[in-house]
Amino acid sequence: MSSNTPKMSAKSRIHAEVRASLAAALWFCFLAFPLMTLSIRPGNAVAFSIARIPYLFAAVFLLTVLWRFFLRRRSFKNVSKAVLESEGLPEDLRPGPKPSWVSVFMSSKYRSHMVAFLLLAVSVIPFVSSPYVVNVMVVALIYVALGLGLNVVVGVSGLLNLGYVAFYAMGAYTYALLNQYLGWGFWVCLPLGALTATLMGLLLGLPVIRLSGDYLAIVTLSFGEITRLVLTNLNITHGPRGIGNIDPPGFFGIDLNGSVKTFLVQRLNVHPDMNVNKIYIYFIILAIVVLTIICVFRLENSRLGRAWLAMREDEIACQAMGINRTRAKLTAFALGSTWAGLAGVVFASHITFINPASFSFLESIMILSIVVLGGMGSIPGVILGAVVLIILPEQLRFFSQYRMLLFGALMVLMMVFRPGGLIQSTREVYIHRGGSRKNAPVPEAAPNRGGRS
Amino acid sequence: MSGQQAPAASNLAGPQSAPNPNILETRDLSMVFGGLIALNRVDLSVERDTITALIGPNGSGKTTFFNCITGIYKPTRGQVSLYPADGPKISLRGLPADKVTYMGLARTFQNIRLFNNLTVLENVLIGRHSRMKAGLLGALLRNKRTRQEELDAIDYSFELLVSYGLDHVANELAKNLPYGDQRRLEIVRALATEPKVLLLDEPAAGLNIGETAALKDLIIRVKEAEKISILLIEHDMSLVMNVSQKIFVIDYGILIAQGPPEEIKSDPKVIKAYLGEE
Repeated sequence: MSSNTPKMSAKSRIHAEVRASLAAALWFCFLAFPLMTLSIRPGNAVAFSIARIPYLFAAVFLLTVLWRFFLRRRSFKNVSKAVLESEGLPEDLRPGPKPSWVSVFMSSKYRSHMVAFLLLAVSVIPFVSSPYVVNVMVVALIYVALGLGLNVVVGVSGLLNLGYVAFYAMGAYTYALLNQYLGWGFWVCLPLGALTATLMGLLLGLPVIRLSGDYLAIVTLSFGEITRLVLTNLNITHGPRGIGNIDPPGFFGIDLNGSVKTFLVQRLNVHPDMNVNKIYIYFIILAIVVLTIICVFRLENSRLGRAWLAMREDEIACQAMGINRTRAKLTAFALGSTWAGLAGVVFASHITFINPASFSFLESIMILSIVVLGGMGSIPGVILGAVVLIILPEQLRFFSQYRMLLFGALMVLMMVFRPGGLIQSTREVYIHRGGSRKNAPVPEAAPNRGGRS
Repeated sequence: MSGQQAPAASNLAGPQSAPNPNILETRDLSMVFGGLIALNRVDLSVERDTITALIGPNGSGKTTFFNCITGIYKPTRGQVSLYPADGPKISLRGLPADKVTYMGLARTFQNIRLFNNLTVLENVLIGRHSRMKAGLLGALLRNKRTRQEELDAIDYSFELLVSYGLDHVANELAKNLPYGDQRRLEIVRALATEPKVLLLDEPAAGLNIGETAALKDLIIRVKEAEKISILLIEHDMSLVMNVSQKIFVIDYGILIAQGPPEEIKSDPKVIKAYLGEE
């Protein structure tokens, strides 16, 4: 890669890099000196030891070298790409945007087979794994639904919503309250929860129509906090004590943990400690996720979805193209909230106990991170983001103390090296079928290509 | 979306017996920002099937004029009327920008405002927005009508791209296009809304001489092929003098001259506005 750069300058550049890294390590040690050398022993005695400093120095030095190496490599890549393109290489030799493996997979002729296989694999999981795995999977799928819903608002429409968890809470509390006070079942409350969240989305959308960017973020953030505080202080929701004993979804009035379980355990070799209700919830949320994927995909490639994208790209130009901005904004807000409501109802039935603490600001940030990490506006990206951010922490429990630290580091790295997310969104490719436009002017023999340099 | 029929609230000034020679007219159009009079009683008209230019020194109110008639600003006073060949007069004053586009006024921007992270074709498809009907349910259910509408829109957009020589980059992101092509795409995107009048806000800004010459051909071709009228704001005098049939000159928000290019060239008031007095 570096064959075309002179040897001398490469060597001196390495020296410079090392010097910079040494300086960074030294500076960091200086900053962390009191923190790393002083410690309090039993009996309030202060002990001093510099034993840890060399390790710190080495670690920071190594990390800085790596960091600088990758930064440099990235900028080198960009430059070489630009140079190659400007040299006018033939189209197929140009290092253009490489299609991601997902898009290659999605456009292959085996697409339907693969999707079917994936669905089958996911459906088999609860029958061959432990109750713990099923629990984690349910939570992960809930976050996939939440992520896809927020993706409509943030990724597609470009409206930064930091209070998304409020709509999630709306769905969960709708079910919890109706179940607690009126004894209504899951299947009645599922659409009702979604509807409540949608209406709240509309309600929030109305005052923020004129806002965008930072201001919108502040208003939605406050809305999320207000919702949590209201839930904490209302009598009807039992305040911080929350609502317990929420019914699991009904299955035609059959107790799933009775004869159905006996059958599953004896004949299908399902884990004996399995709560069959969880398997049921697993399939419900799986169905919701599949439905969501279909809906979001269809929306993205529709007149409405394009209106959202246009609004994200340029609010003035989108109006000049005949898009009613108010309507586009409201539908984005309301539709995004619908999925939060659905996920909330499923969450309440899964956890069977909810309180306002489940709907803190951190939760909004978590969902937003899923969207950003996965890839704004990219459906497979959001799914992967949810899996990474929900399942990985479960697998790395011994790391749990440093979870937030790792989380932050991951985000910084992502923003620097892959700002588009794990799986970046790709645009639909259209093929000209050669139809006809009314009053189409006859294309000139030599289309007017003048002015291209 | 709504308002498929001709708007009812129009034509209070009696029935139009002979078709108006103008397609677009402003009467008394004024725009005041605080204490600043940006536009002062501007009467401007665009004749059918012609190219009209609006010129004036920097800060004279040209872009404000565009923003007033396209609904981005609400004019303080005055009328903006559109006279379609096949229908009654439409008053555009106070309509929101998206409605104005629906009624048949499309525009481009002084600083290119493309949808950068979308493909060229998608940019044009978004231009088709106001001529399509599918709503939320249509998008979710993808019924036959929606699918057909979508296919028609794609065909229409492709044909536009073919006519104006952009089909080879249809699936490229708009931001990756060369500058001249971006300018052209903005015009094509505006054409996708099927306008009756096309408003071009300094289309030659930032183009070199060769590109400007190509733009001149493009503008004339658009007018001929699409059978529309064009209102042009431009600083490049050679372009303005070459393509337009009538020129309006504005200075400090006031219309100071109007007429065919030859007259405007030698008008002392215009020379004074541009070069100052001796």
